[in-house]
Amino acid sequence: MPKKLKFDYKGSEFLDKIVKLSGEIITLCDQCGTCSAGCPFVEEMDITPSQIMRKVLIGDMEVMDSQTMWICASCFTCTVRCPRKLDVSKVSEALRQVKLRQAVDKMDISDISAEEAKRLPVIGLVSSFRKLTG
Amino acid sequence: MSVINNKKIKISYFPGCTLKTTAKNLEISAIESAKKLGIEMVELSKWNCCGVVASLTSDDLMKHLAPVRNLIRVQEMQKNKLVDEGENRLLTLCSMCFNTLKLSNKRIHENNEDLISLNNFMYLEEDYEGEVEVIHFFELIKEIGFEKVKEQAKTTLKDLKIAPYYGCMLLRPKEVGLDDAESPNIMENFIESIGGTAIEWEAKSRCCGSYHTVNNKHIVINLAKSIIENARKNGAETIITTCPLCAFNLDSRQKDIIEEFPDFVPMPIFYFSQLMALALGVEEKYFGFDDNYIDPKKILEEKGLLSN
Ligand code: SF4
Ligand code: SF4
Repeated sequence: MPKKLKFDYKGSEFLDKIVKLSGEIITLCDQCGTCSAGCPFVEEMDITPSQIMRKVLIGDMEVMDSQTMWICASCFTCTVRCPRKLDVSKVSEALRQVKLRQAVDKMDISDISAEEAKRLPVIGLVSSFRKLTG
Repeated sequence: MSVINNKKIKISYFPGCTLKTTAKNLEISAIESAKKLGIEMVELSKWNCCGVVASLTSDDLMKHLAPVRNLIRVQEMQKNKLVDEGENRLLTLCSMCFNTLKLSNKRIHENNEDLISLNNFMYLEEDYEGEVEVIHFFELIKEIGFEKVKEQAKTTLKDLKIAPYYGCMLLRPKEVGLDDAESPNIMENFIESIGGTAIEWEAKSRCCGSYHTVNNKHIVINLAKSIIENARKNGAETIITTCPLCAFNLDSRQKDIIEEFPDFVPMPIFYFSQLMALALGVEEKYFGFDDNYIDPKKILEEKGLLSN
């Protein structure tokens, strides 16, 4: 059974929001898969970077439940390779921000053990707080 | 002090937080090496953390405040004549500071309204005029000339086989990268200039897992292991980096890799500046080897590069 796509108002509003927040014209994505093929984190993700692009494009808000946007570490590998000059790292950041702006954090500082806290460099702590807390 | 091209350079320098804490070995070895090359790195007065990672959303201007404030400090350095006349560049060592400062600078260059908003927000600060250029240490060495570094070298690294690890932030995105994003050669040229041999390898710009090291370290364990194994497969005896987060993930996380994979053979990781200091005849106390996790001295002693 082919899956039916429903474009409703909420979905197109969601696409619009992510386009504005990321500054990326997501509708240009032609699903070539270059971003997913080169992503060093793809094995850790539940859906691939190109699937993220597709889901946002069709206004599928279930994309917000995927872990992919949290795994994407803004390494910019896909950024320099996309033949449509799209930047998936910005789309991931926009999705993260939509979630974080509900005042929910993705990490809890108390989960870091005392031993780890002593070892970890400032550069790691500051960047993870920036990316994973609101 | 030896002076190259008879020209001395006095330039504003941004250390960033980690170079004052866990990456002191990057800073001291670079500052002392720079002196040998006629570069005086003058620490930016009242600098603040750049935020490490650039803000990538269109409406989140707030996170560009910290980087831009540092750029205002560079203007002050010029006005107070603490650096060479007309020296509008800000020198960085840490790849992430380099990237973040440069991305913010780029954003306000492209969006004058953002510059106006930020300047208005920092009402009592002097306005940022947009004239500062953020550069990385490698770019300054390239400008001086790799052959000049070679001339200044007191010791050659005796063909130590070195894997140049670019990681992400020196190369990407393209608009801020200091070399070709897919086939860079600036680190290879640097390695040759200090008498090492740069190996060719696939993982040179593969992400090390970055900040996931804080709350998802298994990602880093897997990536760091694959990077080190790729270096070894291609004949490397060591890997060099310029990023304190890459250094932590590739060096310190070897402890975790060994715990999980007992057969893993450790590899020493250096900051580029530590090997440069060695080649330029900097005093050993400035190498900062005590801060490296995997013993960096063993390989150097084996090569007869360090007296034991
Ligand atoms: S590389 Fe670009 S065009 Fe291709 S799937 Fe990814 S985002 Fe779409
Ligand atoms: S920026 Fe994100 S999606 Fe793109 S390659 Fe890196 S981790 Fe993967």
